[in-house]
Order: sequence, then structure tokens, then C-alpha cells
Amino acid sequence: MHFLLEVRSETMTATTQSTNGHDRSALIPLLQQVQVEMGYVPKEAITEISKELRVSTSDIFGVLTFYAQFRLKPVGKHMVKICRGTACHVRGAPLIIDAVDDELGLTDGGDTTEDGEFTVEKVACFGACSLAPVMIVDEETKGNITPDQARRMIKKIVKEIAKKAEVANG
Amino acid sequence: MGSYSAIREWADKEVSQQTADKARIVIGLGTCGIAAGGNAILTAAKNTVANNDEIKAKVVSVGCIGICYKEPLLDIEIPGKPRLSYGPVTAGETKRILENVFINNEYEHKKALAVIGEDSFSDIPSWHEVPFFAPQERTVLRNCGFINPEKIEDYIANDGYAGLSRALLDMTPAQVVDETLKAGLRGRGGAGFPAGRKWNIAADNIRALRASQPELDSYGYVICNADEGDPGAFMNRSVLEGDPHSVIEGMTIAGYAIGASFGYIYCRAEYPLAIERLKLALDQAREKNLLGENILETDFSFDIKLKEGAGAFVCGEETALIASIEGLRGMPMPRPPYPAQSGLWGKPTIINNVETLNNVPVILAKGAEAWATKGTEKSKGTKTFALTGKVENTGLIEVELGMSLRKVIYEIGGGIPDGKEFKAAQTGGPSGGCLPKEQLDLPIDYEALAKAGSIMGSGGLVIMDESTCMVDVARYFLTFTQSESCGKCVPCRLGTKRMLEILTRITAGHGKIEDIALLEELAPSIRDSSLCGLGQSAPNPVLTTLKYFRDEYEAHILEGRCPAGQCKALITYSIDPATCTGCMVCMRACPTEAITGARKEIHVLDPELCTRCDTCRQVCKFDAVLVV
Repeated sequence: MHFLLEVRSETMTATTQSTNGHDRSALIPLLQQVQVEMGYVPKEAITEISKELRVSTSDIFGVLTFYAQFRLKPVGKHMVKICRGTACHVRGAPLIIDAVDDELGLTDGGDTTEDGEFTVEKVACFGACSLAPVMIVDEETKGNITPDQARRMIKKIVKEIAKKAEVANG
Repeated sequence: MGSYSAIREWADKEVSQQTADKARIVIGLGTCGIAAGGNAILTAAKNTVANNDEIKAKVVSVGCIGICYKEPLLDIEIPGKPRLSYGPVTAGETKRILENVFINNEYEHKKALAVIGEDSFSDIPSWHEVPFFAPQERTVLRNCGFINPEKIEDYIANDGYAGLSRALLDMTPAQVVDETLKAGLRGRGGAGFPAGRKWNIAADNIRALRASQPELDSYGYVICNADEGDPGAFMNRSVLEGDPHSVIEGMTIAGYAIGASFGYIYCRAEYPLAIERLKLALDQAREKNLLGENILETDFSFDIKLKEGAGAFVCGEETALIASIEGLRGMPMPRPPYPAQSGLWGKPTIINNVETLNNVPVILAKGAEAWATKGTEKSKGTKTFALTGKVENTGLIEVELGMSLRKVIYEIGGGIPDGKEFKAAQTGGPSGGCLPKEQLDLPIDYEALAKAGSIMGSGGLVIMDESTCMVDVARYFLTFTQSESCGKCVPCRLGTKRMLEILTRITAGHGKIEDIALLEELAPSIRDSSLCGLGQSAPNPVLTTLKYFRDEYEAHILEGRCPAGQCKALITYSIDPATCTGCMVCMRACPTEAITGARKEIHVLDPELCTRCDTCRQVCKFDAVLVV
């Protein structure tokens, strides 16, 4: 992972505190950078960072699992983010979550579909409360959404995926 | 660049050049504006200008002005004419409005919201007269929506960095602390601890450390807590996106006051736009010698580094935030020692919220007395709120402390939509409480809110109407605090879990009447014995809903009924034969095929197949779907 070294030098020079050149406070920024590059934090990255910073892998695992931002598994090709902030909650976000989970068959608490096409993330708050409830599919933000519209957005992408697969298979 | 007057002169010149010769087309691109489609408006405006030689105007983006329910907004400012605000607009309307204004010289009065600045159109209100803005008092949001947040000259030309200049050149650090104390500025992050007192403790500790160990690189830190995590709150984000320099200036003044030479902004990673604008603002401030070595040609040096949070609500707690900056799991530590005694890397550290720091430059520039004319005796100044939920006008607002909830909800907020009845106002997010209509005349100040069982909090203000179930709201907040509990102390880790189990049981229709007593026993124990603010305040939503909406708990438990019609396990959907027209819309929309019927025949809903997803009720144009 060549990028790791570049990130490291940049992160390290910017911090003021370091002990013996091994800067613990660089850990979270490093993990964040890995996730930006790869979409998740793979096992190999943990080992490499462990050696670089002289922090044990179990310690890094502890940090990774503490913060909600970090993912240990790859994400789906399509990101569905549903806001469950207070304003969205009182304006019907639970119904949107149920509709999307049902549409994608995510009923056992998982967040990524088996085919690796979709990941559904329930976000604490987008801060777009005036548009509540809000759902973001890939780059498209949809405010004041209804369960029916949410299902349609998902169905549209599922259809596109099927079409692409058909073309690919001739 | 050297002295403040030289910098100010440069900024004034830049800004007057920007505005004098060219008209401006201003588009609000805060996160809310972007979510509402602001980028499409920006593109449409740019294309319209590029395609028409007659339109000589500059397209600029600004932060959020706060009137979210009218987003996306389009403002037109022509030299010598008032600034006119339109909204909400579509891309097509943008093109039409711009062409009409610039080519045909015709303002479209019908679509206009307000005139910003001097009023010159009799049929369009000045923005001070618009009910949403009229009762507001803008100190924190002084620049949001007006200046271009990506240009330091805009900030400086609006008295930016004047407070820092006064502090560094005319005052000693102790005088700066005194000024803040005199103003009576209290922490805007929620708890309301006087900022000056915090600074005083840190300054004393830093002085002592400097005397005992004269060779250290660093003696203390200023941290800006921008980890705004309450769901339903976006005040800090709007300030960071719309006026990033105000926070940088506030931090630098704080650094001078306590004797620190380094600061951190700990910002939520979920705020990419705020982070981007902060980075830019930091670079600009360094370039103008308003940050870095020998600021404004004085002996004082101070620099700031930006740290991104990684998605842990508990990191809003100051000791957990410090642990997170140090690269550890963000778990709180017992206090004392307080961070002002021993904080980041064991050094005296002050941690102030974004809004607290944003007020500091105003206090220094205008003086404590002028700043403190607003507010009540113990709660000075103004406070921003994210007004959301079941209210007509949603948005970011700022009011003088002491204003009644009623005025905020009914005058600024425009009341409850769809003719529904107000039920509760929720302040302080997961740490706060729900206040009923009997408390509507409560003045918004720290003490009054605490007395009513809630807290000021950071500024989330979610309005709930008769269709909101209060037991479900309590369950919602407990779901949040339970999943965000760091697990370090037992009362919070297990206590929130038990409370959540009980609330879930009640909303699922399996509650027992003893559950109420159990909640009343658990809540105070968790409040009194948890390690940090998260656990100590987690019972508040339960306690206030039990206090003010006990009948709803009892209806769930004793009658198996959810009065608001929200709890899925306790409601049944049916179709009213008297109003159903047999239009088949609900039938087609139903994902579980629970509705049967034919065209022009009354439809029937099978409660066994129904998943209570509410789709049929929402698509029905005749209100024929009944929920009992």
C-alpha cells in the first residue's frame, strides 16, 4: 500500500506532539485516509499501520470498532443513506428505513446486500432537517420522501443493474 | 502584510471593487441549500450569465441565511438597487428571473421573498418584516448568508479580526479574560458554564506551568468543539460553513487570553463542506498574518490544526474529545482534574463550543457591555436554534435569550402545519426533554429550561404535533444514547439498555403498569451515577415525557392503544367505505398486496397482510385510509 507512506509523512509532520517519532495521534487520521482510498479498512492496512506507529493491532482494532465511521468490510456499489435524525424521525424516517430494508431484503440487521450492490447506512443526522425525511442514493438527495418514493428509487437502480447484466451477457 | 489597519484597508478595497462595478447573483450553498438543489441553481445561474452578454454579474455562493424552508434561494444584488431574495426557485425559474431582471429590467415581484437592505419595493417586505426574521436577533449569524465564506476580505470588511486586533494591541491577556467574564458569556454547547471562568482557571494553570518548567514547547491548548452530534441540530455546521473566520478569530483571542500557542478544531467528519471551508480559512488567515508567528506584528504566536472526528457522539464530551485527538478510543475520564487543569497531553486546555467562540470577537470588538445588553440577567446574549419538525417554517434561527417558546414556535416558526395541534417542543437533543403546551410561555434561558426538566443544549429545537407519539420519542432518544454509550461506566452502559428494553416493550404493546415505576426508579440512578454528561442526561427524555405525557404511557400499557397512531404494533389500518372511490392507487402502491378491489369498487384492506408501512394512507387523495 504505497499511499500509506505518503499519508504518514504528511500527517506526521503536521502534528506537534510525537514521542520517539511514533505519533499515536496520527492513528485516526491514517485510518481515515485508508478508508477514503479503499472504502473500508482492510486487515493488511491494520498490520502495516501497527508497524509504522508501534501500536498493537488489537489496540488499533479497538479504535476501529469504537468509531462508527470505520468499516471493516467493503461497501456495496450503491450507497443508500437514510437520515434518522429527530426531525426525520418525527416525520416518518422509520417507515422509509423499513421500506428500503424490505425492498433490498435486508431484514436480518445486515447493511449490505448479498450481491454487493447496495449498502444501506442509517445516518445520525444530515442536518437537512427542513427537508425531513431525507434519503440520499449515491449522489442524489431526496427530501420529503415517502416510503413509496423510496421503493421506486431503489427499484430504478435494480432495474438498471439487471439491464446492464443483460447487455453484458449478450 | 502587517498592521490591522493595513489589512482592513486592503479588505475594504477588495470588497468595494467586487461590489461597485458588477452586480452579484447570490446563491445559498450551505448543506441545506445543496440538499434542496442549490447546485442546480448555481449551474443554471452561471449558464444564464455565460449565454447572455447583456447580463454583467458575478455568481457567488454564500453560507446559509437560515430560511431553510424556502431553499433553494436566489438573491440578486445590483449596485444602487436593493438586494432581492427569491425562493424556492427551480433551475428554469432561475433562468427566467435572471433574464427578466437583467435584460428586461423587470423584477418578478410575485416570486420574491424579501428585500435585504433598504426597502424600495412597496409590495415586497423588507427582510426585517418577514415574520420568520422579524423577532430574530442576529449576532452569531451576523455574517451567515451575507459574506462569501471563502473570502477572508469579506469577513475583515465586516469588522472581522477587529476584536483580535483590539485584544492583542490594547489589552493584556488578563484583561481579555476579564472582558469575557464581564460579558457573562456562557458555554453554548449545552451546559452553560461561564466561558471566562474556564479561561481564568486555564490561564492560572498555564502561568504556573510556565514558571515551573520554562523550557516546554507548549503550555496549553485551545480546542474548538465542532463535534455537533445531536440529531436535529445543525447550528454549528451553518456557522462553520457560512462564517469560518469568526471561529478562528475567537480561538486566537482565547489562545492569547490563556497563554496557549496552539489550538485544535475537532470537527465532525460528516461535515465535509465545513471542513473544506475551515481549511481554506486557516490558510487565508496564515497568509494575512492573522494566524501563525507574531500575529499582527506582536509577540503573540498561535496556530490551529483541524482534526476530523470519526463518528462517535460521546466525543462531544470534553475528556472523550481529548482522548480522540490523542488517537485513543473516545472514552471520557472522571473529572476532576478538569481539562483546564490537565487536558490534552496533560496540559491545561480549554474546550469551547463553536458558537461560544463565535461570540468572542464581538465581545472584544464592541466591548462586554454592548454585547451583554441582550438576554436576561443570568443568560446573556443570543442563541441559535435549529427549528425543525412539525412546524411551518423550518430553519436556522437566532433569538435573544429569554424569548418565550411560544413566540419562537408561532411567530418565527409560523405555527403547526396542516391545522394540527402542538404537542411538545424538544430541546437539547438526546440530553434534553420534551416540553408540553403548558410550558409554551417559558422563557428560553438556561435556568428556566433546567427547571422544566430539559436543558438549553446546543440548540436543537424539534417541534412535535398530535401525531407524534411521546413514548416512541423517548424510545427513539434512548436508542440513540444506548448505541452511543461508550461502555466505560456501568450505569450508562447497562442502564440505558434496560430503559430502552422497557420502552421498546411498551411501544410493542407488551408493557406492564409496573414498567412506569421501574423507569422512574432507573432514571434518577442513571442520572446521578454515570461518569459523563451522556449518561447523566440520557434519562431526561424519559423523565420529561413521563412527567408531562404520562397518559400516553398509560394508554399504551392499559388500553393497548397508541393515541398518536404511530406505534405499529398498536394500530390497525382500514379503508373507509364511505370515502373510498375505488381509484386503485393504494392497491397498486401496497408492497404486500394487502389491499384488494377493482376500479370503482370499494377496496378492502387485509390487516393480516398489512405491514403498516403507511404507503396507502400517504398515496390516498381522499383520506379514505383510516388508522386506529
